[in-house]
Amino acid sequence: MKKILLSALLLGFIYSPVNADTVRMGTEGAYPPYNFINDNGEIDGFERDLGDELCDRAGLDCEWVQNDWDSIIPNLVSGNYDTIIAGMSITDERDEVIDFTQDYLPPDPSAYITTGDGNKAAYIGVVAAQTSTIQASHVAESGAILVEFATPDETISALRNGEVEAVMADKAFLAPIVAESNGDFKFIGKDVFIGGGVGMGIRESDSDLKDTFNAAIDSMKEDGSLNDLIKKWFGEDASIY
Amino acid sequence: MICENTIQLYSLRSIGIGEKLLPKSDITLCDQFVLIGSGIIWNIYFCIIALSLGFIFAISTAIIRNNKYPFVSKAVEIYVFVFRGSPLFIQFFCAYELFVLLPKMGIDINLIFTTVTFQTSWLTKAWLGAVIILFLNTTAYSSEIFYGALKSIPKQDIDAANAFGLSNLRKYRKIIVPTMLRNSWASYTNEAIFLFHATTLVFFSSFPAWRQSGDALYYASYFADKTFNPFIPYPIIAAYFISITLLIILIFQIINVYFNKHLPRERKSSIRFLSNYIR
Amino acid sequence: MFEFCSDPSILSTFDWFSCYLTNGKHIQFYKSFGLIILLLVLTAPLALMLGLAAAVAIKSNFFLLRLISKTYANIVRGIPDIIFFLFIPITIDQLIEFTRHKIKCPEIIDSVWQGNDFIVCSAAKLPLSSSPQWIHDMYGFSLAILSFTIVYGAFAANTFHGAMNSVPRSQIDTGKAFGMNKKQIYFSIIFPQMWRYALPGLSNLWMLLIKSTPLLFLLGIQDIVFWARELGGSKTSIFQYPHPDWRVWYFLSLLVFYLLLTKISEIALNRVSKKFYLPI
Repeated sequence: MKKILLSALLLGFIYSPVNADTVRMGTEGAYPPYNFINDNGEIDGFERDLGDELCDRAGLDCEWVQNDWDSIIPNLVSGNYDTIIAGMSITDERDEVIDFTQDYLPPDPSAYITTGDGNKAAYIGVVAAQTSTIQASHVAESGAILVEFATPDETISALRNGEVEAVMADKAFLAPIVAESNGDFKFIGKDVFIGGGVGMGIRESDSDLKDTFNAAIDSMKEDGSLNDLIKKWFGEDASIY
Repeated sequence: MICENTIQLYSLRSIGIGEKLLPKSDITLCDQFVLIGSGIIWNIYFCIIALSLGFIFAISTAIIRNNKYPFVSKAVEIYVFVFRGSPLFIQFFCAYELFVLLPKMGIDINLIFTTVTFQTSWLTKAWLGAVIILFLNTTAYSSEIFYGALKSIPKQDIDAANAFGLSNLRKYRKIIVPTMLRNSWASYTNEAIFLFHATTLVFFSSFPAWRQSGDALYYASYFADKTFNPFIPYPIIAAYFISITLLIILIFQIINVYFNKHLPRERKSSIRFLSNYIR
Repeated sequence: MFEFCSDPSILSTFDWFSCYLTNGKHIQFYKSFGLIILLLVLTAPLALMLGLAAAVAIKSNFFLLRLISKTYANIVRGIPDIIFFLFIPITIDQLIEFTRHKIKCPEIIDSVWQGNDFIVCSAAKLPLSSSPQWIHDMYGFSLAILSFTIVYGAFAANTFHGAMNSVPRSQIDTGKAFGMNKKQIYFSIIFPQMWRYALPGLSNLWMLLIKSTPLLFLLGIQDIVFWARELGGSKTSIFQYPHPDWRVWYFLSLLVFYLLLTKISEIALNRVSKKFYLPI
């Protein structure tokens, strides 16, 4: 009995149904409004809508996979999924390791927030950011004291508790938090533009997939549907193409 | 000397002294050895503080648990159950989330020559918050070990002590505690090793790494992610841990010899060279 | 789940909570408790078997086998188990895919490590990229079970080795006097009597196993720690059920779960010990 079960499992692994057009999209699921896990347990957000639309236009069958931010690039490289579509900005450092499609979101400003009664110059004090993000590198290089957290939620809790003096993240992530905080948080300092826009990460050996997605993104930019999607998720005054 | 430049830049990086930015590209073997080695400082710090404080409190709680008032011994039993029955990893998460919710306060502690303001935000830092949890955890485990040994002290020893008219303090100091420690030393060595290994979990739970200063495993996984090659950093950290574990076993073995000094030992036979042929 | 849950913003507190605690995300959270139980149920027998095999190997006559099994049994005493859990899944994954690559695509002579990428031909990937998500999840989970089995098998090997040595020598001598060969001695004399001595060590091992299950989180599996962190984080109104930072409550519930599991195991193992210590 046990042998039958075991062999069934093994066969299931080896002889799974082959559908050559399935593309696995990796995302983080913890960064609203870019991507998050909604209350039904599904991946939702700007990138979910965008990814589904791109796959439609490219004629691909897409499966969504959630993966923590820390291991998102290593797991792309080892083949757990085929793309990274998780609010990842195009930077030279990442370009050395993986390839990017063209940007599907213009460079989003990154901003600092602090507590309602916090010091206006807190952005050169103790600043929290998520690990391995462009904001974390910016803080580390700017001379402020960097405190890294695994998820963006934890940076906000740390600010609330007083563990850090400021948080740096994408403005689109921080804006709803500040708006709903009833004065607990406020923006400080100047917005900083880091990175070259948000693009899809693809393995360097997968250039066909990159071209397919580039074509699909082009078509979305041409007929304006990308702009509509950006306005839907990021508000009317978000920067568009 | 090999790796001299790297040692200058990174050997104390985990406590914040040295090069500010971690190596991002062209990571050499030197970088990995030195940075992971510097991370071991945190593991040793956690181990020493938690173990030493835990040892003292474990003896006290084992003795307290042995008393006749059910209220007190039950309270200790519940504490030991909670900390032995749940995973350390979850304890770290719970503690951090609890500390993070504390309102921002400073409590002034008046040491005689100066006043130190204890900030509640210190509790969310690894050097204090994680140490508190490790200390509570190891106290619970060690207390259980010592309590078992305490219960198994032969009654005649205690009766003899009472017959001699030893005061309570002398009885504990000279008879009970040494016997208790000697009987439980093997299990306690095991517990010390487990504690040392468990210190690697700190920076993988919610406790953040300030200025990218973490423990050995934090740096090992940093390198594994940056170089996409786990076959170098993990064996390096394994080698560091094996050597320090052997050191801990050696230290505890020496203390064990000290505990057993009063017991008859096997006499080492002296070497007699060619005794049959030399007259 | 209930009909009145369609617009949570107008609900009273009790209704809001009954809708909140039964939404899709929470159902996934509750299912992940089953993952923990599944891990325990699958790992324990596998680890015992591996440990038994290693313990027998430690007593073998071949030097190499003895050396390998002794190293295996002692290596977990020197290295934290979390390092194994981070290292083994990647290694086994790459090993399997490399072997399949060599078998299925012999014509490709490029090295599998091209720069940073570990490239194998697409027919050699395990699981195949076209497989449905549940196969990927199951594969990841099996790698986790394998890592746990390897680590706890080593602990079990130590326990069994100690237990086998505790079987009174006279029993084995009697067996030899009767002319039994090694296999007969093992199966008729050592194994039946060894369990009595192994039981305290094995119950300790079961407790250790329970307490290391949260490390599944570090293997990238959506287990209870992942969902507790995800559900507890403060949520803005982009979600249907916004709430402040409730992580402490979620983690306390995990703590209570583990305390219950430990208590039940303790009671069950005590019963088993009592049975064993009846006069033989």
